[in-house]
Amino acid sequence: MDLGQFILMRQELLLTLAAVVVLIAEIATSEKNKARLVPFSIGLFALVTIIGFIPGQEGTLFGGSYQSSPLTMFMKNILNMAVLIIFLQAEGWLRKEENLDKISEYFILTIATLIGMNFMISAGDFLIFYIGLETATIPIAGLAAFDKYKSQSAEAGIKLILSSALSSGILLFGLSLLYGATGSIYFADIAGKVAPNALIALGFIFFVSGMGFKISLVPFHFWTADVYEGAPIGVTSYLSVVSKGAAAFIFTIILFTVFKNIVDMWQPLIYTLAVFTMTLANLFALRQDNIKRFLAFSSIAQAGFILLGVLNAGELGMTSVVYFVLVYVFTNLGAFGVVAAVHNASGVETISGYNGLYKTNPKLSLLMTLSLFSLAGIPPVAGFFGKFFLFTAAAGAGYYILVLIAVLNATISLYYYLRVVKAMFIDQNEQPIPTFRSSNAMRLALVMCVAGVFIIGFASGIFEYIRTISQLFLN
Amino acid sequence: MNILTSLVVIPILTIIAILFTKGLKGARLVSAIGMGVQLLVTAVLLFSYLGLRKAGVTDEMVFTADYTWFKSLNIHYFIGVDGIAVAMLCLTSIVVFAGIFASWEMEYLSREFFISLILLATGVYGFFISLDLFTMFLFYELAVIPMYLLIGVWGSGPKESSAMKLTLMLMGGSALLMVGIFGIYYNSAPDGGPLTFNILEIAKIQMPVEAQRFFFPFTFVGFGILGALFPFHTWSPDGHASAPTAVSMLHAGVLMKLGGYGCFRVAMFLMPEAAQEMAWIFIILTTISVVYGAFGAIWQTDLKFINAYSSVSHCGLVIFALLMMNETGMDGAILQMISHGLMTALFFALIGMIYGRTHTRDVTKMGGLMKVIPFLAVVYMIAGFASLGLPGLSGFVAEMTVFVGAFQHQDMFHRVVTVVVASSIVITAVYILRVVGMILLGPIKDSHHEHLEDAKWFEKLSTVTLVLAVAAIGIAPLWLSDTIISSLKPIVERLAMAIPF
Repeated sequence: MDLGQFILMRQELLLTLAAVVVLIAEIATSEKNKARLVPFSIGLFALVTIIGFIPGQEGTLFGGSYQSSPLTMFMKNILNMAVLIIFLQAEGWLRKEENLDKISEYFILTIATLIGMNFMISAGDFLIFYIGLETATIPIAGLAAFDKYKSQSAEAGIKLILSSALSSGILLFGLSLLYGATGSIYFADIAGKVAPNALIALGFIFFVSGMGFKISLVPFHFWTADVYEGAPIGVTSYLSVVSKGAAAFIFTIILFTVFKNIVDMWQPLIYTLAVFTMTLANLFALRQDNIKRFLAFSSIAQAGFILLGVLNAGELGMTSVVYFVLVYVFTNLGAFGVVAAVHNASGVETISGYNGLYKTNPKLSLLMTLSLFSLAGIPPVAGFFGKFFLFTAAAGAGYYILVLIAVLNATISLYYYLRVVKAMFIDQNEQPIPTFRSSNAMRLALVMCVAGVFIIGFASGIFEYIRTISQLFLN
Repeated sequence: MNILTSLVVIPILTIIAILFTKGLKGARLVSAIGMGVQLLVTAVLLFSYLGLRKAGVTDEMVFTADYTWFKSLNIHYFIGVDGIAVAMLCLTSIVVFAGIFASWEMEYLSREFFISLILLATGVYGFFISLDLFTMFLFYELAVIPMYLLIGVWGSGPKESSAMKLTLMLMGGSALLMVGIFGIYYNSAPDGGPLTFNILEIAKIQMPVEAQRFFFPFTFVGFGILGALFPFHTWSPDGHASAPTAVSMLHAGVLMKLGGYGCFRVAMFLMPEAAQEMAWIFIILTTISVVYGAFGAIWQTDLKFINAYSSVSHCGLVIFALLMMNETGMDGAILQMISHGLMTALFFALIGMIYGRTHTRDVTKMGGLMKVIPFLAVVYMIAGFASLGLPGLSGFVAEMTVFVGAFQHQDMFHRVVTVVVASSIVITAVYILRVVGMILLGPIKDSHHEHLEDAKWFEKLSTVTLVLAVAAIGIAPLWLSDTIISSLKPIVERLAMAIPF
């Protein structure tokens, strides 16, 4: 085997290298200079992100266990960009006194989970997929418990690890049934052998339940709100954007490639999950006052929308899912960025605490409004295009009633997004959050989000590019 | 640049310019200049359109421009106008221009106010020039963000809940609409070939009848909600009553017309068979709208509520007339849209000005205003007479055409509903004359009202612009009517060809 072939895995290898370099840098820095690790690590990761955009080759490794194509590379680049923005947003928080002794841990653990996700996306068999999944999951528990002296954060870590373990077990059980039915763990082999019979159906249901935990679909969503609330914001945004995005990617890939012969069987299942996920998450979101819990339920609802794209088991479905996640990355990170900035400056985490924010911090309020409208899918921001194409995909498969349910849900979601807008613009507050100026890194991250939210929608080239590479991938 | 594209670009440039201003004076000056330019461009558009027609250009749409946007889904930025769209654009420009001057003294967060107002207008302009369903829908929804903030931040009374109700109901409408648009898109090429959002392309084919039956109600009701179709009109009175003056003007004057315009341009034009088949259901609903709205206006004592219910009645008449599906009826519908747009904008402007002086909108607490603010009082009377259909003003022309069109149908059903709808004229006269009598004539009821100041220059400019437009249509309706009728031909022919099954 030619070692040169390893260039196919360059994104994973670069990330591994980055993690090791951060570790060595940590050893080499003295106690006083620990804070310097932050810009160093962010710079290093920015470099990795940029290198990721260099076009790479297509191909498979290890007899089909690992596959690389323009689509998988694009997915990895989306995740890299998201993590870069998250790092920039976390900068101010990491520089705080109590975090100085664990800066490198944050970066190493995050990059480690990212490596796992990259392997998941590139998996060509269920073994690599599962290893990637575990690599992506376990470090997140450590991250969730990052504020180790806060009981809520510790609780979040425990909740996450327990529910992950359970879901991994369920997933693994499903995979073992599939192996029993088809006699292979390779995607290509299984795809040829799946047939609508009881054993496969059972294995498939367990598989979907396991993945349902990761993407937090209703009824597998119970961990989400508590973990999002307890974890530090730099971790919550990671969970809600990167972790969910990667899980959505891999879920779509497996459904579209491995289970493409039993589309008729899984469509009703996904249909039901979509309806429950959107509707229940929206109803719960109506009642929240903690902004992190609020965004948790909002992100569950968004996952329900993603399922609409999944229902169109074709290239349009794949395109719309990838495009939506791309939009979602910038949109949701914009919202989380504002939450993080406000939290860093004042410690406020409730919606009512945002009352009168526009008077003191107009730019942040506008940014938050923009992000929320993008989440609700209102033009001219990118969220409108993302939702529209997801719905186009679902309508293309003939699910008009589901589209109606989804758009009505989007209307409900507008209600609770508007509650936040109302708090910032309309409600009066005698002691609003004082005027503050965020760090430069945070401002850079927020500018990136705004640019993304405006550009991705109007620049049709991005959508067309995703469509081309999805076509390439599925054929 | 295409003259139509500039109609969207000028407001955006104005918004950017406002960002660099400070305080009320800069913001209102820039807005006035921007919207003044916009008004001029619309006038240029109108005259070049008339010139083209005179020169014998018979294309269905003129000033078209077509740019591919999302290639694989066949989404285009495709624009073009016919006589109807030009008329609607003129209406929009006049109302927006008047609206800027009606909010000349908006002290609170003035920059943000003008930005939101102009953003709202941008959505309206974009909607009227679009010939691609995607672009059209995008502009339609663009109006949602500024609408909520405009009512929620600058409104009065129970503004938060009114704003929320209005936004959510309109979004619910666009939910239905979205399903309708997808249905049209996926049935736009029944014989194979690329799917399209292009309205003119879809108008050349016949959508499968089954699909029409399913998607017509979605599309029609989706637009109908914006046009205050009974029983989905409930956002309108609350929303209009709570909104600040300029927003009420723009919303009742122009935005509600988006509903009527979409009803015939999209729903009826693209799905004529279903339109023929289901017209009777919506005719009954609009009949209720017209009569119920008029009765509702009688019982109200708040000036804004009176006008809001009157809008429900008049907008119901628009959709009623559209459903008559003959040339005269639809001509009347469009005349009514324009006439009502101008009239109601004038009403809301005047109510805002009167409220600014008397600090009440309750008709029982006002009286004898003619003695203290004669200018505003006279203009209010003119608006009232236009509304109840006095010959010489726009309301008469529009309503007359509508009823003539409706009576062209010979059957019993149409006769009965037409008579019922026509009775609303009497009811309209009741509430208009009652209000005029109560607040303008008689003795002054409140001693605080004895020393009110009459209209200032910007208020005069705002109202006179609208009065001139109302009178112009009333005195010389034919040129407008001719423009509309020549553009209506393809739509009416298509509807006539569709045989009810």
